[in-house]
Amino acid sequence: MNVGSILLAGFAATILMTTMMAASQGLGYTRMSIPFLLGTIFTASRDRAMVFGVIVHTIDGLLFALLYGGLFELFGSATILVGAGMGVLHGLFVLTVGMLIIPGLHPRMVSEYYGPTPNRMLQPPGFLALHYGRGTPVVTLLAHVLYGAMLGGLYRV
Amino acid sequence: MSAYPPIADYAIIGDCRSAALISRDASIDWLCLPRFDGPSVFTALLDQQRGGRFRIAPTGPFEVTRRYVDGTNVLQTTFRTPDGAVRVTDLMPVADEETKTRELWSEHEILRRIEGLEGQVEVEVYYEPRLDYARTPICLRAHPQGALIAEDGSRVLLMRSDIPLTIEAGGRLARARPVVRTGDSLLLAWSFTQGWPAVMPAEGAHALRQIDGTIAWWRAWSDQCTYDWEFRDIIVRSALTLKLLTYAPSGAIIAAPTTSLPEHIGGVRNWDYRYCWLRDASLTLRALLDLGYNVEGEAFLSWLLHATRLTRPKLQILYDVYGEARLPESELDHLEGYRGSRPVRVGNKAAEQVQLDVYGEVADAVHQYVIRGGRIDRATGRLLVGLGNTVTKMWRDPDEGIWEPRSGKHQHTHSKVMCWVALDRLIALHDDGHLKAPVDAYRRERDEIRRVVEAHGWNASLESYTSALDMPVVDASLLRLAFCGFADPRGERMRGTRRAIDRQLTKNGLVYRYFFDDGLPGDEGAFGICSFWAVEACALSGNFEEALAWFERLLSYANDVGLFAEEIDPDTGEQLGNFPQAFTHVGLINTALTLARLAGRPQEQPAGRKEGKI
Repeated sequence: MNVGSILLAGFAATILMTTMMAASQGLGYTRMSIPFLLGTIFTASRDRAMVFGVIVHTIDGLLFALLYGGLFELFGSATILVGAGMGVLHGLFVLTVGMLIIPGLHPRMVSEYYGPTPNRMLQPPGFLALHYGRGTPVVTLLAHVLYGAMLGGLYRV
Repeated sequence: MSAYPPIADYAIIGDCRSAALISRDASIDWLCLPRFDGPSVFTALLDQQRGGRFRIAPTGPFEVTRRYVDGTNVLQTTFRTPDGAVRVTDLMPVADEETKTRELWSEHEILRRIEGLEGQVEVEVYYEPRLDYARTPICLRAHPQGALIAEDGSRVLLMRSDIPLTIEAGGRLARARPVVRTGDSLLLAWSFTQGWPAVMPAEGAHALRQIDGTIAWWRAWSDQCTYDWEFRDIIVRSALTLKLLTYAPSGAIIAAPTTSLPEHIGGVRNWDYRYCWLRDASLTLRALLDLGYNVEGEAFLSWLLHATRLTRPKLQILYDVYGEARLPESELDHLEGYRGSRPVRVGNKAAEQVQLDVYGEVADAVHQYVIRGGRIDRATGRLLVGLGNTVTKMWRDPDEGIWEPRSGKHQHTHSKVMCWVALDRLIALHDDGHLKAPVDAYRRERDEIRRVVEAHGWNASLESYTSALDMPVVDASLLRLAFCGFADPRGERMRGTRRAIDRQLTKNGLVYRYFFDDGLPGDEGAFGICSFWAVEACALSGNFEEALAWFERLLSYANDVGLFAEEIDPDTGEQLGNFPQAFTHVGLINTALTLARLAGRPQEQPAGRKEGKI
């Protein structure tokens, strides 16, 4: 695997995915902000959480790029279609398993079984992250498809 | 039509995610799961015949007394019969999060304990669940571990009981007729699970521990109430009720746990209130913070500001507990409705209305929070400025107004004034360094709103502010002009407005919201919160003794356990509309806070006592 190449593609794909999700959030399609969810693991400050979150999310994007790179090598093919297909699986995993376990892992997120103790913590995302808006599954899935497609398009086996 | 209990016959239990309504004959007639706005499992409230219920009551004639265990939301119903007395204790178990990490808890659970107090009494236990607002057939069967089970898709209902229940009517219901003797203690534990392996409901010593733990949890919570003037019992009851209407995972507070309890018996004014109205924001926040419930207040404000992201910089008037903005309305034609009041509606079309007062409510809520020592971060500041900018663009537009009539838009005076409030509070927040806003533009627009309202929202022949600009009618929302800093409560214009409302809208001390055509047939009762506003305005105008006596009179309309619905019939005292209603209890609390302040016993927390940040 060409590590430098996949990391560079991973960086570009992460920026694209983050931008797309932030734009969807700003346009009111979803309240989901993965950088915010990640950043609030480290701090309760909303402003600083976004900064930490973008950094952590970028690192995540690079680590996942290595995984994608490994799979591209395994398949012996890196195309937009293969990348997009992996993005679909990745997105579905995040929406189902990821959103299911995050309330248990995140120190500032409650579960749907929380209460009646009052809280100032993050709401749980719910199944397919639907609690963050009806458009969340589509936006999240699309973002991951774009991420995978860009990796597939940029990386050469 | 079957006999329906009066609305005031109900009491509420809950776990801050869902709530059940229990009638005076200990019948759970309403319960929605897995959260307040989920489909109902017991629906007798809206259809006595086919709705389904879970009832425990003597088989013979009886008299009933009810109470909540002091400082708790644990209900006790005592039945006295010629042969003896029994007590039914009802609760949804709660505990702190630490306890719930040590023990496996059911997702949703109800515990019912029957205790023999005197003699021996035959009681009937009648269990008839109906899923999806009584639309989905259910089949009860015996579970290998001695429980009753009913399944539908990913949902499981389990009942564990010390009393052997007989399944009847092909699995549609289960029933038992035990004789309860002095000293007997029988338990029924019921649970609901959706989408997970079910946890068996508690039994025996474990269930008794849960009852004790629940009482202790609620007592610890109500002991935090810092209110220490007159009327403490009803204030604590109101606070406990508000708490029950809080959706703990998000901090949202719903208007009421019911849908379609009618504002007019047999009429069409039946709405779904299981959602969160932004209008209630500033009043609810003031009530929570000034009673010492800072965390609840901050959680609510945080929900308010961040759950509404999907629609900003515009605000909708209501959202669901997670901030979902689309709440399509439909009618449940298979239900006959409370005492024939149809249609039964789920969802709320009012979500599509434009009501400009919500901007003022949100800005004022943040201001209330800040003047009590809270802080806001930059993101919240930017959000608020976005709302302020929206107000400067929209305040001249007509809107549906605070009462949500379905008869179209008007230039509502109250909405204009709340736009004034929004800009006024944002200017104050800017001046105090909490945010950076284009205050020159805000000041210009704020002053223009005042000019327009004073010129066109005042009617000299009525000697009153008017419901809408250049429209010679009044409505009760004008009372709020005295509370929000727009009008001097002792000034001539506010005194005149109070007189007009007293003359036109008040009957037996209860205040209707309006008497003009709202596009719907039938009439309605007097509004609970408007009546409390009238008392507050009366007190602020300098008539303290009159206000105090009026307040005490209003309190007498509470039901036997201290709960209020949305409306009260001034002729009969009957409670009407969805029940219990958060807004009415908020009005009650805030009026008591104002009376306490005027009596020289202010309850407000001093600024700087809080250290929260949203």
